[in-house]
Amino acid sequence: MLCENCGKRPATFHFTKIVNGQKTEMHLCEECAREKGELLPMSKDAFSIHHLLSGMMHDLSQRPAASSGERLSCPSCGWTYEDLIQTSRFGCSECYDTFRAQLRPIFRRLHGSEAHTGKVPRRGEERLSKRRKIEALKKELEQKIAEEAFEEAAKLRDKLRALEKEA
Amino acid sequence: MGIETFLTRPLAPALERGGRDDDVVMSTRIRLARNIDGVPFELKMSDSDQKAVLKAFEHAQTRRPNDVPELILFRMRDLSPLVRAVLVEKHLISPDLMEKEGGAVVLSDDEMVSVMLNEEDHVRLQVFRPGLDLSGAYALSSRIDDWLEETIDWAFDETLGYKTSCPTNTGTGMRASVMMHLPGLVMAKRIQALIPAIQKVGLTVRGVYGEGSEAEGGVFQISNQVTLGLSEGEILENLEGIVRQVIEHERMSREMLKQSLGVALEDRIFRSLGTLRYARSLSSKEALTRLSDVLLGVYLGYIEGLSAKKLSALWVSIRPGFLQYTAGKSLDAGARDMARARLLREALR
Ligand SMILES: [Zn+2]
Ligand SMILES: [Zn+2]
Repeated sequence: MLCENCGKRPATFHFTKIVNGQKTEMHLCEECAREKGELLPMSKDAFSIHHLLSGMMHDLSQRPAASSGERLSCPSCGWTYEDLIQTSRFGCSECYDTFRAQLRPIFRRLHGSEAHTGKVPRRGEERLSKRRKIEALKKELEQKIAEEAFEEAAKLRDKLRALEKEA
Repeated sequence: MGIETFLTRPLAPALERGGRDDDVVMSTRIRLARNIDGVPFELKMSDSDQKAVLKAFEHAQTRRPNDVPELILFRMRDLSPLVRAVLVEKHLISPDLMEKEGGAVVLSDDEMVSVMLNEEDHVRLQVFRPGLDLSGAYALSSRIDDWLEETIDWAFDETLGYKTSCPTNTGTGMRASVMMHLPGLVMAKRIQALIPAIQKVGLTVRGVYGEGSEAEGGVFQISNQVTLGLSEGEILENLEGIVRQVIEHERMSREMLKQSLGVALEDRIFRSLGTLRYARSLSSKEALTRLSDVLLGVYLGYIEGLSAKKLSALWVSIRPGFLQYTAGKSLDAGARDMARARLLREALR
């Protein structure tokens, strides 16, 4: 078998990755493997993951459902959908929101899931519950106003202001 | 404490004490990837963004609680390429960080904790434990995470969890790894069947030195692949369950080899010891293979008077960077092989 990278020398380095039963293989000659830092200890992960991932993301981007992402770019860092596919990396934390719809099949393929069930930052948790309370209060307030229950609405508004100040 | 202290001892003090199942498991590592909210990720970072990450960490340092060990920060730009290479060989930093002029590593003096700053993620905190100790390593890493979180806002998403630079780490941002010495499974040729089986359950296996079933010295690392959808506890439980089975298979293979090969195995082990004691030139690959044999000999009771701890230290001190740092000059491949043989001769005399 010849090296996938240069196509000249015989491939002596073989890599396999399997996630959720999806298998991808790579075959490189020693020279190309070394060039890619493949022979350094600990570096294998980085290379093979990014390389293979970008290939997988490219495949997924060919699907009709993903085409909606083509013109998107991150308002915060300018990262485009193309950048995301090519590097298989995010430019900033807002990229997650920008490409949220396009990311779902990617996360499903990579992890078999789209929802985090692990640790939550403690302060984040507080903020999160405050934000949820604020949302709930706002809805209640709208309803009271619609019902013309102005006294209750005023009370809710004070509560809301206090919470918003805290958050 | 200067960086020299870390470079002159091959074995981390944190790994010197024998851990659980340390006849098979060399060490356990937990790595948590975190990014600071509002700071662009690696590929879009400016110099001042990188400085902001270091600043944020230094600010957290001023409020370090007593149950987090003291940590010393070293900037990559202050370390020579050779020094960086030694840190890679000790697994304290990644080859990736080695290339980052704006990066830094933060170490506890016993090397149990290593935090990489401005690597692929802003913060990658690692905790190392001897033997098999996933829960102990996770407890400390989570404690350090809690401390940093008191002053730093992590990039976090309600549905997707911790936002990382690469989607393979999104969610928990956690990579748990167990480094195992599996000479029995390699010699019995059972490793080829085991690797794909482990990969099927969402874990990765790779040789620490060399690739696949050809791993030099029979040292393999098993890690979780999935970071999203499972909690940290579930990930660790899955990994531990598989690692326990591998430990049992390895022990059975060793016993089986001892019984079926008898004197042939003993002969191979002592020939390896002889080579390490008398050779004048040894490649890294051969040295690792021989060391692996000798370590197996110690565990099977063939070799007495040599400690596993001493052999584990040699595992690191024969690496190219370490040899050159000790020699105080750069050595070409031929000179390294000679220096390696000399070091082993003297250590095993
Ligand atoms: Zn090639
Ligand atoms: Zn962005």
